[in-house]
Amino acid sequence: MKVPQKRGVRKGINIMRLKGLIRKESYQIVRDPSSIAIAFVLPMILLFLFGYGVSLDAKYVPIAIVVEHQSNETSDFLAGFRQSRYFVPVIVTDIQTAEQAMIERRVDGIVWLREDFGKKILNTGDAPIGVFVNGVDANRARILEGYVRGVWGKWLERTSIESGRPLHIPVKVKERIWFNAEMRSRNFLVPGLIAVIMTLIGALLTAMVVAREWERGTMEALMVTPVQVREIILGKIIPYFIMGMGGMTLSVIMATWFFNVPLRGSLWVLFAGSSLFLITALSMGLLISVVAKSQFVAGQVAIIVTFLPAFILSGFIFDISSMPAIIQTLTHVIAARYFVSMLQTVFLAGDVWPIIIYDGLALTAMALIFLMIVKKRMKKRL
Amino acid sequence: MVRRIIALMIKEFLALFTDKKSRMVVIVPPVVQLIIFGYAASFNLDHVPYAVYNEDSGRASREFLAKIQGSPNFSLKTVIRSDTEIGPLIDTQKVRVVVHVASKFSENLLHNRPAEVQIIVDGRNSNTAMVVLNYLNSIVTDFNQQWAILHGHSPPPARLYVRSWFNTALDSHWFIIPGIVALLTLVVTMLVTALSVAREREAGTFDQLLVTPMRPLEILIAKALPGFIIGTLEATFIILVVVFWFHVPMRGSVPALYLGLFTFLLSAVGTGLMISSIAVTQQQGLLGAFLFLVPTIILSGFATPIANMPPMVQYLTYINPMRYFLIIVRSVFLEGASFDLLWTQYWPMAIMGIVALATAGWLFRRRMY
Amino acid sequence: MIRDQAHGGKTPEYVLRIEGIEKYFLAGKQRITALKGVNAKVRRGVVTGLIGPDGAGKTTLMRMIAGLLVPDRGEISVLGMNVARDPLKVQASIGYMPQRFGLYEDLTVQENMDLYADLQGVPKDHRSERYEELMKMTGLAAFTRRLAGKLSGGMKQKLGLACTLVKPPELLLLDEATVGVDPVSRRELWAIVYRLVEQEGISVLLSTAYLDEAERCQEVILMHEGHVLGQDAPSQFSGQLNKQTFMLSPEAESRRRLQERIRLMPGVIDAIILGDKLRLVTDQPLETDQVVQRFGVGSESSVQAVPARFEDVFIALLKQRTPGDEKVAHLETEKISHPPHNGSEKDIIVVEKVKRRFGDFYAVKGISFTVRQGEIFGLLGANGAGKSTTFRMLCGLLPASGGKLSVAGKNLRFAAAQARARIGYMAQKFSLYVGLTVRQNLRFISSAYGLSGQRQKEQIEWALDSFELARMADTPSKDLPLGYKQRLALAAALMHEPEILFLDEPTSGVDPLARREFWRRINRLAESNVTIMVTTHFMEEAEYCDRLVIMAQGEILGQGTPEAVKARFRTPRNPDPSMEDTFIAMIEDYEEKEAART
Ligand SMILES: Nc1ncnc2c1ncn2[C@@H]1O[C@H](COP(=O)(O)OP(=O)(O)OP(=O)(O)O)[C@@H](O)[C@H]1O
Ligand SMILES: [Mg+2]
Repeated sequence: MKVPQKRGVRKGINIMRLKGLIRKESYQIVRDPSSIAIAFVLPMILLFLFGYGVSLDAKYVPIAIVVEHQSNETSDFLAGFRQSRYFVPVIVTDIQTAEQAMIERRVDGIVWLREDFGKKILNTGDAPIGVFVNGVDANRARILEGYVRGVWGKWLERTSIESGRPLHIPVKVKERIWFNAEMRSRNFLVPGLIAVIMTLIGALLTAMVVAREWERGTMEALMVTPVQVREIILGKIIPYFIMGMGGMTLSVIMATWFFNVPLRGSLWVLFAGSSLFLITALSMGLLISVVAKSQFVAGQVAIIVTFLPAFILSGFIFDISSMPAIIQTLTHVIAARYFVSMLQTVFLAGDVWPIIIYDGLALTAMALIFLMIVKKRMKKRL
Repeated sequence: MVRRIIALMIKEFLALFTDKKSRMVVIVPPVVQLIIFGYAASFNLDHVPYAVYNEDSGRASREFLAKIQGSPNFSLKTVIRSDTEIGPLIDTQKVRVVVHVASKFSENLLHNRPAEVQIIVDGRNSNTAMVVLNYLNSIVTDFNQQWAILHGHSPPPARLYVRSWFNTALDSHWFIIPGIVALLTLVVTMLVTALSVAREREAGTFDQLLVTPMRPLEILIAKALPGFIIGTLEATFIILVVVFWFHVPMRGSVPALYLGLFTFLLSAVGTGLMISSIAVTQQQGLLGAFLFLVPTIILSGFATPIANMPPMVQYLTYINPMRYFLIIVRSVFLEGASFDLLWTQYWPMAIMGIVALATAGWLFRRRMY
Repeated sequence: MIRDQAHGGKTPEYVLRIEGIEKYFLAGKQRITALKGVNAKVRRGVVTGLIGPDGAGKTTLMRMIAGLLVPDRGEISVLGMNVARDPLKVQASIGYMPQRFGLYEDLTVQENMDLYADLQGVPKDHRSERYEELMKMTGLAAFTRRLAGKLSGGMKQKLGLACTLVKPPELLLLDEATVGVDPVSRRELWAIVYRLVEQEGISVLLSTAYLDEAERCQEVILMHEGHVLGQDAPSQFSGQLNKQTFMLSPEAESRRRLQERIRLMPGVIDAIILGDKLRLVTDQPLETDQVVQRFGVGSESSVQAVPARFEDVFIALLKQRTPGDEKVAHLETEKISHPPHNGSEKDIIVVEKVKRRFGDFYAVKGISFTVRQGEIFGLLGANGAGKSTTFRMLCGLLPASGGKLSVAGKNLRFAAAQARARIGYMAQKFSLYVGLTVRQNLRFISSAYGLSGQRQKEQIEWALDSFELARMADTPSKDLPLGYKQRLALAAALMHEPEILFLDEPTSGVDPLARREFWRRINRLAESNVTIMVTTHFMEEAEYCDRLVIMAQGEILGQGTPEAVKARFRTPRNPDPSMEDTFIAMIEDYEEKEAART
């Protein structure tokens, strides 16, 4: 038996070797239930929790209404709160009880109608209504304030018609909300969440795989075979890419079917963008793994540099344009930022090319830089 | 027994800190992240970019628009002249809002006819949209009031006087930054504990540990302590930064906060060790840590209020330790709470911690091959 | 400079030239010299051995040849290519089996082989033939679908070899390839390697701790502490010891006593037990009658001059170079203070019909034996026989699927923690903390066993001293040479002075000199009534046991004293079979019977 031997290094990529590596990686994926879990179960759980569970829209807010003296006017005013789907009013008769309830976090706000409320309205007008909101969660407090204003405004209109005294409002605002007319926070949270999930899938799956090979000594054995660094890299990226796209597809299906998030852009743009992002995330994971060389460190770094920045700095929940300038600059190195913007646009606005192209180019650049560093750092040396 | 525990604990610390990379990872990122997130994580909107489309030429409209321009929350990006420009501006997110003043605005205003302003908001991020509308609405209300006084109209029958407790300026940093104490403490303790047993199992050193006379309880304590110590130190550091750097007021009792921290660490370390002892490989340990971390953080009320969740999910959050600790941190910081108001928050975390630790200890000897 | 001969058209005579290599490592702030002024050449079509004690720099040199490390000075050229300049090209044409071959533990045996065949570019239609041959060598044919992580230590090693050999390279580097491989498989392996050398003209450079393998090499390069001591044919080396090696048949005294008596006499280089005889190496040529006189060993008929082996040369050379050795041996005071051997026949370990099942595979099929107190009890067997599984069950690390076992009257799986303080266990795979230094490891393990204060300090010093680890005390244990790792592991198992010791291949990968020390220490422990259970693949070490069992595929093939076990295989043609002969015969018998049964 004489095996034909060719000496020297062939440029390019050897298909047999690449196939071998991909097959190896796939077996490893299949054998370890945890990587399947991260690709398919994690997105499902998270999307379910998020889609059904998480929302910035306050509804049924418990609120204490202090009515010191019952009168026609007060019950008129109260009717507005009773009808609103935003509030669960609790009627009390003195302010101390209401304050106690607020301190114990049983209510989030207090509306205080004083003893002379009825009288003042009938006589001089300009009756003061005290409104206290729990400001700990400032965002919620502000939304709450808006709701109270709404109830108050409606009440004003109603009373003016009934009493025949015309109410004069100089400037009237007409609101038009684009893309998300019902103001469902789910519509922007779900696409953002997909970006966070994809960051996790991409970076986590690959963060440990090279470090694992160093730790278990398989790298040393690999390195002395004719295999080339670029084949090793491709052999890692391709299988995880396929898996990640599986997770992505699942997420998109859930977003549109279960949560009725509109998909206004075209599907192919969505998938092209996702592929780009996934490659970026995968190469980031590889980079972590190559630099760390130990699974322990790689795992720690992955937790720190993927999830938290994707959660906080990507614009997924917190608005980037309101951050201090330095931090806004910093968000430019967070790949998830571009993906969040791209997804929110493609889902809610449609194929807005200037945004898609800008984000796409940024992602491509990041992927290339990561891959280049990986290639450089992953020498065939101990 | 104490000596054996200390020896194993020292070994854990050596394993964590002799490697330069791992030392860096445990210490540096939490500090950096605290600062960055402290500034980044906020629902306040500053300098929201907006465009003006003014079809009216009167003085009143200019006065009205000047009010918006004077607000620190808004920054004028561009002035447009036609309807068709609105679409591209909002699509590409160059501006978030377009304020459209219709023609005859000034005229209507002067003749006591309703003058209309149209506000077009990008609703992609519904929360931002909502906040933007609130800002604009209060500007309009102010304007209306002034107008009414100036032109001698009668006041409305009743008026709102809104005051917010605990956080008068409604600065959402005050809400988020104390939350970061919980967030980073959780992440760091997970880092330290979630891989610690799995790593030994993979290297075969866990067998070596099991043939020594160390009892599972001792191993458990020794493995838990580093998480505790590192968690406490980092949390203390973060609390100091929150108070002295970010100037978030600390109004409540510090011991109450630390009791909360202690019970929270108990549950975090317990869960970390439990994940670690279920995992056969480090990869599984890491993935387990994530499977725990992500829902825990998202469903904790850190960024989105628990009260907004549907009842089913709200029940689920009762088994989320971070939920309780967040309440403790925020009440101690902002509401000035002390033990008596918080005891209902302590015991669920303590129970979760003890159950998780017991499970971890039990798994040490069970999962052996 | 090395001229590139590949372009000269004719095949160069040397496949490997090493010129003036130096290599330093930084350990903390210290600069450690790993190799200094190393020159060597390896001829084409020849098996060359790279032999030296633990820490001589063999692995470092191998890695440099494979292009994984870069020398600080000097040049290596492989097949006419400069390694430092063109590592990829070199790696494409050599085969390298690292000391710890990294198998993919979550791939099956077959998948591992396929992967390496793919990576080496072995055409699909050439594979089956090669696989068959390799499977025969490794004995893994029945296990192709098992995950590599579930193989026994030796089986993993063999699979690593198989993966390296899927394609015969021009130059094959084997770094301690046969550590933990049983004698039967080793024989098969060398048959394959030599066939490759003959038929395909490949060249081989190997390092090994088995000196009988070194003896079979056509050339050996002898290394010591980063230097090359010499390069020659093994017979040339052993020729230097003409008339210095003898076999003594002890008459009046036991061989162990005799060994102890003459071992430290002036003029003795080496005295080891071989079967019922004692092998003696002296520092100058002697006649047999002189030997009788000098050492007082009965009559002249009991002394027989024998030809020197390579091992004798090796020991002789090393002893010259490390004079400190004797000091260590003397300094060793009686560490273990249990009551002396009172000859009690108490059974301290009882194994009764013990079984262990993994899935539907029985790794241990109902074995029974007992070990008496103060005995050295050997567990021999082919790879995958179930030795380590048995050890793990005895130590309480693995539950038995059936049968009864007790250690000092208890089943350690359920016994109180104190019971574990009385045993010491050294696993087959190094299982101390790789990130910690030697001293940190020792300190941790001793504390875990409850040592403290002065006594702990003493024990750590003792361990560093008597295992010659002091020099490496502050080296992280992941950077230790294999032999030193084994010493550290053994030291860790001994520090708390256990009454019962389980040693799973304690001497694998350890150099002959240190191995002798190991066994001297083990003997002394046994004398102070410590019970020792040990596995080994060095058949001459089996002779040191009081009793032993030989296992194959989870069954016991024979048990008794070494003499009794060997006696069964006495034939007219081979009236005095060695342990190795016996072992091989036993395994082959068994395999024939198995084959007949199915
Ligand atoms: N976790 C496991 N799952 C399945 N099979 C296993 C497992 N562990 C061991 N085995 C099998 O049990 C058998 C005995 O293994 P064991 O490690 O006891 O062998 P050994 O006698 O120590 O061999 P060696 O000389 O190679 O060390 C082998 O066939 C091995 O493949
Ligand atoms: Mg074994």
